Amino acid sequence: MSKPKVGFYWCASCGGCEESVVDLAEAILDVTAAVDFVFFPVAMDFKRSDVEAMADGAMAACMINGAIRSSEQRAMAKLLRRKAQILIAYGACSHQGGIPGLANLFDRQSILQTVYRDTPSTVNPGDIRPEASTRIPHGEVELPVLDEQVKSLDQVVPVDYYIPGCAPPVQLLKDALAAILTGRLPPKGSVLAPDKALCEQCPRAPSKPDNLLIDQFKRPHLERIDPEKCLLAQGFLCLGPATRGGCGWACINANMPCTGCLGPVSRTRDYGGAAMSALASLVNSNDEAQIAAMLETIVDPAGTFYRYGLPASLLFARAGANADKGGHEP
Amino acid sequence: MIRQIHEPSRIGVYVCHCGMNIAAKVDVEDVRAFARSLPNVVVAKTYKFMCSDPGQEMIRKDIQEHDLNRVVVASCSPLLHEHTFRRACAAAGMNPFHLQMANIREQVSWVTPDCALATRKARALIHAAVRRVADHYPLAKERVNVHPAILVVGGGIAGIHAALVLANAGKKVYLVEREPSIGGHMAQLDKTFPTLDCSACILTPRMSQIRTHPNITLWTYAEIEEVAGFAGNFKVKVRHKPRYVKEELCVGCGECVSACVFKEGRVRDEFNQGLSKRKPIYMPFPQATPNVAVIDPQSCLKIMRGKCAMKCVEACPRAAIDFEQREEHTDIEVGAIILATGYRTFDARKIPEYGYGRFPNVYTMLEVERLVNAAGPTGGDITLRDGARPQTVGIIHCVGSRDRRHHPYCSNVCCMASLKMAHLVKERTGAEVFNFYIDMRATFKGYEEFYDQVLREGVQFIRGRVAEVTDWAIRPAEKGKLVIRVEDTLVGVVRRIPVDMVVLATAMEPQEDAAAVQRKFNISCSQDGFFLERHPKLGPVSTFSDGIFLAGVCQGPKDIPASVAQAGAAAAEALCLVDKGFVEIEPNTAFIDEAACSGCRTCIPLCPFQAITRDAVKGVAVINQALCKGCGTCVAACPSGAAGQNMFTDAQIYDEIEGVLADV
Repeated sequence: MSKPKVGFYWCASCGGCEESVVDLAEAILDVTAAVDFVFFPVAMDFKRSDVEAMADGAMAACMINGAIRSSEQRAMAKLLRRKAQILIAYGACSHQGGIPGLANLFDRQSILQTVYRDTPSTVNPGDIRPEASTRIPHGEVELPVLDEQVKSLDQVVPVDYYIPGCAPPVQLLKDALAAILTGRLPPKGSVLAPDKALCEQCPRAPSKPDNLLIDQFKRPHLERIDPEKCLLAQGFLCLGPATRGGCGWACINANMPCTGCLGPVSRTRDYGGAAMSALASLVNSNDEAQIAAMLETIVDPAGTFYRYGLPASLLFARAGANADKGGHEP
Repeated sequence: MIRQIHEPSRIGVYVCHCGMNIAAKVDVEDVRAFARSLPNVVVAKTYKFMCSDPGQEMIRKDIQEHDLNRVVVASCSPLLHEHTFRRACAAAGMNPFHLQMANIREQVSWVTPDCALATRKARALIHAAVRRVADHYPLAKERVNVHPAILVVGGGIAGIHAALVLANAGKKVYLVEREPSIGGHMAQLDKTFPTLDCSACILTPRMSQIRTHPNITLWTYAEIEEVAGFAGNFKVKVRHKPRYVKEELCVGCGECVSACVFKEGRVRDEFNQGLSKRKPIYMPFPQATPNVAVIDPQSCLKIMRGKCAMKCVEACPRAAIDFEQREEHTDIEVGAIILATGYRTFDARKIPEYGYGRFPNVYTMLEVERLVNAAGPTGGDITLRDGARPQTVGIIHCVGSRDRRHHPYCSNVCCMASLKMAHLVKERTGAEVFNFYIDMRATFKGYEEFYDQVLREGVQFIRGRVAEVTDWAIRPAEKGKLVIRVEDTLVGVVRRIPVDMVVLATAMEPQEDAAAVQRKFNISCSQDGFFLERHPKLGPVSTFSDGIFLAGVCQGPKDIPASVAQAGAAAAEALCLVDKGFVEIEPNTAFIDEAACSGCRTCIPLCPFQAITRDAVKGVAVINQALCKGCGTCVAACPSGAAGQNMFTDAQIYDEIEGVLADV
């Protein structure tokens, strides 16, 4: 009997997700023994036409990392959705929009203007911009069109499972592969990671006071960080209370606060909102001006609280269109 | 924790006309048809008064006939009729918390002038309610046992009466009074209108009943420090001020007072309104209850300077004097609290044109009460400061009341008190008495008759607000007198009435610390600063805090009969609560989903009721359901959605929002 066929594709991503596959190390041998990779552009030479030639549902599973922000990515997402029995959003960008999703704070025009005109390193005397189609002596060439907004994968096609993280922790990938191979998968729509916040069993939890109130927000690169004590209790914006666990406290163990890459737990509708209301609750003051001054010290709140999930947040929701419930494009 | 709904929703929607209250602005038939078109709505009806028996019956029948499992009533505010419709649903076998109300009266028809817009708004609210009600799950009110004891704060006539009623009903009562004796203002009065009963004669038997009643613990010279808990289970900390005399030993013989190194009184005697002086060790007044001496630390040499011959200690035959006494605290648990904290009188100095504090012979009503009283500073002789008897007396009504500069309200008792005083002065001194009034208010039983009697006795009544009291004589007859200048509005002339004595009927106003007491007991004040009743007509002795009731003037100016009646009502309400034995707590409490809680502790310091603790073994937060008031603070703050709130789950709120916005 032939092995299950598996695909692994990237959209608007940095390549870190592919690295997480490499991080499987020798375990990758077990994976290749168990499955056949039929599409894996970063590692193997397959063409889009190879995928198009497959029968619908030919792949047992396909993982897509990266956000969706161009016509090509959208087309590939739809194509792979058709060819895969199980479609998995792999990594923070695919799951929630990720770092590229912060582009949604700006419109497409100003992004293109920044990149093709305004940055100091840009030399573009003709103010040339990418065009959907360009005539050259050899004929007509096409470029993918940049979308107005960055989207998470499930805002474009129905997604069966999510493997969160930036990049996903190796253990989550291993567990997910084992679940797929044994068919022991949770209900569709699940995030394949624990559904409790990171604080649970955090190695630093014992040092967190029951009545924690924060007098001053600190930034990790400006302070000496106590390697044992709860980071929030030290005043660092550790987003562990709002963030799904499953990373093995990788950042915490490296003496850095959690930045929230695994995204919210299943019960939270808006990650940034939840994190902000929790942190704002800890401000140790009842004086409005003092509270405002303290919150003012949080540099780049959008980039802090929505770093990995702006497109999936309520800020981009519309009444009736509900990302959680699979409100994808037709 | 949030129960999943397995049965499909079968919703009935009931749109109330509320007579013309709703139907005049909202096209109820259009709204009904719209509701019927919504998913899961099985039946939608309108009715003239949904809250009426036939309206409720309609809902009951429909629940059974159409097998409804959710009901939406679009009518008035849930404050008014949520209970009504919950009962109707429960009567038909449906969980009462499967009801949702859409307020299309207060929030729509009464505030939206445009009919089309009002109708559209009503549709949106009903859409929201229909969406939300599908997420409702069965809930039940929880019962919590009630502590059977009752706390009465304030030992004036209202507090005394409430305490006696409760104690006679067999309840344990704590009566806490901050002064050294109970009795309040009534103990200072000489006679009471309109029957002219001797105030002390009718009050003091009650005071001694308080003292001896086996069910009453009386703590005088004590104040409430802290109040925690909730209806049925209040935890109260009482602060006992040191009186430096052992209450259990002192028999009130007064030997200590006579022996004090001060031979004469030195300090303003509060009970006599400063018309006499008392010593640092003193008996509050002759019938004080408890009849125990008290030492004023502000004037006692031993306490102030540590040096004194301490003749009082020598003189006391029972060794009751104890300079080592310190402030003490007692913690008590009670099921209900009655506030009867009384009032203070308006400071007449705030109306300088009446000359109080400038002219020695301008008195307040309460001062003259002490002058009239046989136990007062003059032994009942109504005399001026120089000892002379007044030949003419002017009583000015509404001093500080019905006055936009001070208190716009009517103090309710001053007309009658002034009539009574006019009668007493005339009776005792034969002086000519003038009453200066704006309107005479003599509205209760026997009052008008008393007014009539005083008129017949020859007391003069001049209608007009007094402009000024002056000693500037412009006529020989005014020499050495106080002249009251007033426009006599019945005659239409400005008059000058020379008198020997002026009596100011000062307003009743909230106690100086009423706002602090209000915060301590978590109740509300009305605009005038008196404690606010729950409903002016239907909840006159209740407050917005369950289990806390009001009696006497702390709720608003009133006379003794009204205070006593209100105290009885408050006692009955309190009795109702503690005799029932339990309170039902609305199930809108917050809860922690243990399987979801990461133990991040964000919620713990936020709870204003200290209801959240951390279970160190499980590593999760735990909410004490009996302490939770359902404020939702923890729910909003929980960053991982582990804290939820019954009746306000995320799903319910989101669905409600989506329903409201569906048409937008």
